[in-house]
Amino acid sequence: MAKRIDVSGLSAYYGGHKAIDDISMTIEPRTVTAFIGPSGCGKSTFLRTLNRMHEVTPGGRVEGKVLLDDENLYGTGVDPVAVRRTVGMVFQRPNPFPTMSIFDNVAAGLRLNGSYKKSELKDIVEKSLKGANLWNEVKDRLNKPGSGLSGGQQQRLCIARAIAVEPQVLLMDEPCSALDPISTLAIEDLIGELKERFTIVIVTHNMQQAARVSDRTAFFNLAAVGQPGKLIEIDETERIFSNPSVQATEDYISGRFG
Amino acid sequence: MTASSIADNPPPPGDARPSVSGKAVRPGDRIFLGLSRGSGIALLVIMAAIAVFLTYRSVLAISGDKADFLTTFDWNATGTEPKFGIAVLAFGTVVSSVIAMLIAVPVAVGIALFISHYAPRKLASPLGYVIDLLAAVPSIVYGLWGALFLVPHLSGLYGWLNDYLGWTGIFSYSQGAARSLFTVGILLAIMILPIVTSVSREVFLQVPRMHEEAALALGATRWEVIRMAVLPFGRSGVISASMLGLGRALGETMAVATVLSPSFLISASLLDPGGGTFAQNIASKFSEADQFGQDALIASGLVLFVITLLVNGAARLIIARRKEYSGAAA
Amino acid sequence: MSVITDRRTVANDRNPLPVSLKQARLPRWTPPVLALVAAGAGCGIGLAAGLDSTVQWGLIAVLLFIAGTFVLSAAVEGGRQAKDRLATSLVWVAFLLAVVPLASLLWETVARGSKVLDGYFLSHSMGTLPDAMPGGGIYHAIIGTLEQVGLATLIAAPVGLLTAIYLVEYGRGRLARAVTFFVDVMTGIPSIVAGLFVLSVWILILGFGPSGFAGSMALAILMMPVVVRSTEEMLKLVPNELREASLALGVPKWRTILKVVLPTSIGGITTGVMLAIARITGETAPVLLLVWGAKTINNNPFEDAQQSLPLYVFQQWQQGSEASYDRAWAAALVLIAFVMILNLVARGIARWKAPKHAGR
Repeated sequence: MAKRIDVSGLSAYYGGHKAIDDISMTIEPRTVTAFIGPSGCGKSTFLRTLNRMHEVTPGGRVEGKVLLDDENLYGTGVDPVAVRRTVGMVFQRPNPFPTMSIFDNVAAGLRLNGSYKKSELKDIVEKSLKGANLWNEVKDRLNKPGSGLSGGQQQRLCIARAIAVEPQVLLMDEPCSALDPISTLAIEDLIGELKERFTIVIVTHNMQQAARVSDRTAFFNLAAVGQPGKLIEIDETERIFSNPSVQATEDYISGRFG
Repeated sequence: MTASSIADNPPPPGDARPSVSGKAVRPGDRIFLGLSRGSGIALLVIMAAIAVFLTYRSVLAISGDKADFLTTFDWNATGTEPKFGIAVLAFGTVVSSVIAMLIAVPVAVGIALFISHYAPRKLASPLGYVIDLLAAVPSIVYGLWGALFLVPHLSGLYGWLNDYLGWTGIFSYSQGAARSLFTVGILLAIMILPIVTSVSREVFLQVPRMHEEAALALGATRWEVIRMAVLPFGRSGVISASMLGLGRALGETMAVATVLSPSFLISASLLDPGGGTFAQNIASKFSEADQFGQDALIASGLVLFVITLLVNGAARLIIARRKEYSGAAA
Repeated sequence: MSVITDRRTVANDRNPLPVSLKQARLPRWTPPVLALVAAGAGCGIGLAAGLDSTVQWGLIAVLLFIAGTFVLSAAVEGGRQAKDRLATSLVWVAFLLAVVPLASLLWETVARGSKVLDGYFLSHSMGTLPDAMPGGGIYHAIIGTLEQVGLATLIAAPVGLLTAIYLVEYGRGRLARAVTFFVDVMTGIPSIVAGLFVLSVWILILGFGPSGFAGSMALAILMMPVVVRSTEEMLKLVPNELREASLALGVPKWRTILKVVLPTSIGGITTGVMLAIARITGETAPVLLLVWGAKTINNNPFEDAQQSLPLYVFQQWQQGSEASYDRAWAAALVLIAFVMILNLVARGIARWKAPKHAGR
């Protein structure tokens, strides 16, 4: 199910402004990779280049290659719609469709792709909600609007929605930053379970979170405000947090800046 | 906010904002409050006066009517045997407005989507600006253009419709100037297009980015994003925009008066000249009307007013209900 | 975690995953080329079938384009893409469909209106000129419009402004709710009904004759709710902290409103009032009922019939001669120009004042 991501020489722009510069890295299947770094270092932008969401931002433009197993996401003839269906995404703020019920939210992605029998749809929705550890909390109110849930539940609903279409990769853009500690814990546990099935990439501001959930950690930094963000290093999470090879990383994780 | 318990400011009942002084109200405050509240009351008085006087004159007219006011196919409000009724006018008003809505709303939603989601960004904001400006073009100009430019260009189209759809009866057309209810509908559609577009566009632009991104990230095409995130969010806004347009279409006078060739018959064909609307009838009959004739026109105006009130009320109900739903969901 | 593995296999075999990220796509130049082909075919069919109306040619071309794109896309790219393309072409068509008449309206007005529009036209009235003769002008109509709109503004702007202040700064009770409700109702009054109301009171009951002032009253009724609404919006944008800061300094409420609230929102309020003026300037129906129109200059808005620009357009159209059509177009052009300039200036003010609000 899960695929390897191979990024080489990737830069992204907003209009004339270069947001990230020449990034290369490999992300192994069925691992959790965390991106950390100070605000504005381009880690979210980089994340959004991995499912071609960057280019929906007005003026957004990408150079370089992202290989999913052996296929370049930015190759000619590649359909960005198909890319986003293969690489799922969870956003910073929970964003269930406000006019849809919980059930319809989870089924939304499935309904886009062909027809399912009602019973099939039910099965997949139930499995996805179970996979997101939300089933027990919502099974009695599947027809209520998804936005009636608490923030943490909404975020898990969004995760259920993303995994319902069985993507190869799951991108998470600071999924816990709008949540309270208990909800955060629930999501972190969930990430631990999900990595058995998906390649997961998570952007986080919270270094403890990166240390808790990730196998590998990438540190991004920028030389100055207005300069493009760069990948400083990527390594086993344990090494990054105990014995990083670059001084800037150590400064950042020990709280000397950022 | 404990100050509110000290402040004892009688005039505005339930005023949540506390007055800083606990003492008697200052003269300046009293005068200012009096002025502003007086204006509000003046507005209410005007509305009451409109209702009272229009009803009063209408009663005078209807009691002098020798025919049934609601069902008569004639407008003869002079002489000793005045016979007039609003049947044709009500039919024409409703039919032309409905045609206008059927044409204008889909097109307006299309243009609004075009500006908010399809047009190149450099084009989008000037376009929105131009649409706003067009909404300000006076209706008499639309009327002039409709009469001298649109009408001559439509007879070919009507002949064509007659050839293929004439058997329906609705689209049968005998040659002649295209001064029909259908033409009125088309002109009204063009006229309300800018305002419906403008309001719809505002709503579409307010759709939260994160809902659109949620749909995109699930692998939705542009149209699917619009169907999943934009249209559901914008529905109540589009409805209220349409009702705004409908209100204008119902009450429009000059654009109808210049284009329509009126008659007091209801014909099955929408393409053949004839029919009438409330506002058009008032404008064209007014100059030859004596005092009683003017009362009769006032009576028809009152009916028009009531119809527009009902339409606006319905719109408000729909919006309120939608708001409740999305409010509970928000 | 064996449960999860289970789950995966079940979900897996029901999911038609795209085998490849690559999808067959139509080349980028397809839509424009198809549009050209459809336009050509539309004209061709129109010519061949001898359809005399260009409206039909356009409709044929549009239908061909929409159907062609859909079929082609469905064959090459599949159903979902075809639907997306269908929506895209419909949206483009809607846009073009609207641009054609609106552009034609502006073009006709400018082209036909500029024929007789000159200094003489602006500075002379119709006088005793016979309707079918060329010549004459709109000076009397300009005077009438300016006076009527000016008077209407003098009535409606203060009442509207104060009402909005009452609603935002004071009103919380039943009276305020009633006012809010009836402002909504008033917004929906058709202009001809406002005219009929003034007719019934001022002319039929009180026995006055037609005058510019009678028209102004009807216009004021149409203008008030617009001013109330836009002013209300602007006042609501003023942050409460500003009011509280002023009140906390011991400034009385009325001075707070005059010195803090109004100056903060004056740009937006001015814009709203100017847009309302632009709207009533084009109103014809009430003027037709109450001001009647005149061929000569009448500088006194309180007595006797006057002319106004929109009414002039209507009456010249009614005359039905070539010369009067020319005058109608020229007056329409002046009217549009006036309304557009008011709009542009109003929006300019809004933009110029906007950054001061933006702090929030």
